[in-house]
Amino acid sequence: MSEIQLDPHLSRYATRARGMNASEIRALFAVASRPEIAFLAGGMPFTQALDFEAVQAVTQEVVRDHGPEALQYCGGQGLASLRERLVEVMAAEHTAAHPEELVVTTGGQQGIDLVAKLFCDPGDVILAEGPSYVGALGAFAAYEADVRHVPMDAEGLVPGALEDRLRALANEGRTPKFLYTIPNHQNPAGVSLSGPRRQELVDIARRHDLLLVEDNPYGLLDFKGEVRPSLRSLAPERVLYIGTLSKIFSPGVRCGWVAAPTAIRDKLILLKEAADLCQSNLTQFVAERWFSTQPWLDQVKAYREVYRERCDALLHEASISFPEGCTWNAPTGGFFVWAQTPEGVDTKELLAKALGARVAYVPGKAFYADGSGTREMRLSFCYATPERIREGIRRLAEVIQEELELVNAVYGTAVGDEERR
Amino acid sequence: MSGLQVAVLSGGLSLEREVSLRSGARVANALEARGHRVERIDLDDRLVATLIDGDFDVVFLTLHGKSGEDGAVQGLLQLLGIPYTGPDATASALAWDKNVFKGLVARQGLPTPEWVALPSSAIRDMGAARALDRVSEHLGLPLMVKPSQGGGSMGVRRVDAAGELGPALVAAYSYHEVVLVERFVKGTEIAISILDGEPLPAVEIVPRDGAYDFAARYTPGATDFYAPARLDAQVLDRAMRMALAAYEAVGCRHVTRADLLVDADGVPWLLELDTCPGMTETSLLPTAAGAAGLSFTELCERVVQRALQDA
Repeated sequence: MSEIQLDPHLSRYATRARGMNASEIRALFAVASRPEIAFLAGGMPFTQALDFEAVQAVTQEVVRDHGPEALQYCGGQGLASLRERLVEVMAAEHTAAHPEELVVTTGGQQGIDLVAKLFCDPGDVILAEGPSYVGALGAFAAYEADVRHVPMDAEGLVPGALEDRLRALANEGRTPKFLYTIPNHQNPAGVSLSGPRRQELVDIARRHDLLLVEDNPYGLLDFKGEVRPSLRSLAPERVLYIGTLSKIFSPGVRCGWVAAPTAIRDKLILLKEAADLCQSNLTQFVAERWFSTQPWLDQVKAYREVYRERCDALLHEASISFPEGCTWNAPTGGFFVWAQTPEGVDTKELLAKALGARVAYVPGKAFYADGSGTREMRLSFCYATPERIREGIRRLAEVIQEELELVNAVYGTAVGDEERR
Repeated sequence: MSGLQVAVLSGGLSLEREVSLRSGARVANALEARGHRVERIDLDDRLVATLIDGDFDVVFLTLHGKSGEDGAVQGLLQLLGIPYTGPDATASALAWDKNVFKGLVARQGLPTPEWVALPSSAIRDMGAARALDRVSEHLGLPLMVKPSQGGGSMGVRRVDAAGELGPALVAAYSYHEVVLVERFVKGTEIAISILDGEPLPAVEIVPRDGAYDFAARYTPGATDFYAPARLDAQVLDRAMRMALAAYEAVGCRHVTRADLLVDADGVPWLLELDTCPGMTETSLLPTAAGAAGLSFTELCERVVQRALQDA
């Protein structure tokens, strides 16, 4: 027999592993990380803005003063003294919490994963903004959840659309397990939920007995320092709040948390212990010392200034260079600009050409569970310098313009667009 | 055996960077296990300086895609007088562009599916969109649309209705400015790797989801392989002679892989030559070598020794 088995374990995998295949898009991003490429793709914070002498001092202090404990296991809920600091971080956004309500997780990402694991059986419906965070969609897919999107506009998630969605689901006899939402400077759409809509959203949730999962990585990164009321502060009884130190300190310490009502918190601790026993005590201590002894709000302000300048550079260059028919939003904080290409230009197909022109973005399709987003793209301004951002936008503008000419030549005018569909 | 100073070249700015890095890591490990001193080099603007300063006995190329397979690196290495693995610059350039390669083998009387090459400039500047209907009338449906340059199945689409041709072209132009529209040949996909002018056992490719696309190529288990291919001996013999004829027509050396389709009548059709074949866990050349009883390390060693002999 000449059959060659490259993976002898194929018949053993769980059904949820079925879609876990090599992906061309992932492979393309190997090129995107090269220094020649203007990198508008990733959501990495600009950690160069950190005070590394201070980080070093804090780390030394941890090893010197807490060595044996820092290099030991800890409890599943996370270091108590760190949880006290995390509560202070939440207070900076006028959100009250008690350290006992918190479970420390490996970044906000593990919080999302554990919440999905706790609530979702295969086929269960999760509601999420359309578009939504690609990492959350990945976690939900791993539990075989059925993600339904709720549209957004310039004021964030549209409450009327949410209510329509809930009614339609009720007609199908289905109840969503929760709504996953990023109310502040949303990833990827770069919009924030307006004040009145926060109250409306909470009212709808109460009317329909909907659980809200509020993911808030960017709340403190408003360019003007504006703080918006969290959903948790409006309805603590039905909100799971996910926070992270990744954007205000460092993603390298992998510290996130979930603030949850007692019953849910207890289950999350058990899940956390089952997943990885406990959070790294070493990085918890480093984070705890950072937020105890350093002017961390000044650091947040420094980050904010960096991102504001970069966002301005992106928006300014886009307004000069992008071809007619492109649209994009002007974020008031966070990491991302969300852009739409003119009719007929597919951002997933365009990526190879963009990489050839040495600029990288993330195609919109990645942020939808339902295959939409073909004319959308996420442009990040968090990582590249303003000069690189401007260069990247100029390159991207040329690529879009060229594609537009090609598309028009292939399909003719609007008639062609009909055919294309 | 005293070890050699070997540079393994991979990566670069090609769209196949990731696959190339995986090939490179595997080859480097194998050569180190054979006692060679191996340096892994990512292709960038310091390449020539690194090669001049490195005092390498031989360069093992595991580059996939533009700059690595189109003859650019091979030409530089010739200029620097450093022995390297795989076909030379001219052979690489001839095989790299599918339009050129198909033209070459067709003139030798070797069967390759009928095709039309459409540069994007013809669409943009000459109004060639008006002639797209002729393409499908002429070649018949279904069609395969593929960038004339590039690998890993990137930008390749099957077209089943005339209306799908435009979108498939637009998608393929993202990868290269010349796109081939090729008559679809239904049949068995095989790869014949040639080592030192001798064909290795043909590998039959059976993707579980139908198409041998990127996911099917690089997900272990997504494709079933049979080596030797489950084809009639006469058909296999014919396919091997064709692969060899193409290898010689292009002027290849050391190692090259030919991709063919065998139709329902047992006629093999040449699709392309890959002058820098993948060396990953799921790649076809190592699979073929394994079927011939040649381990991966032995394969790498053979190629290195051939490169030294040809220097």
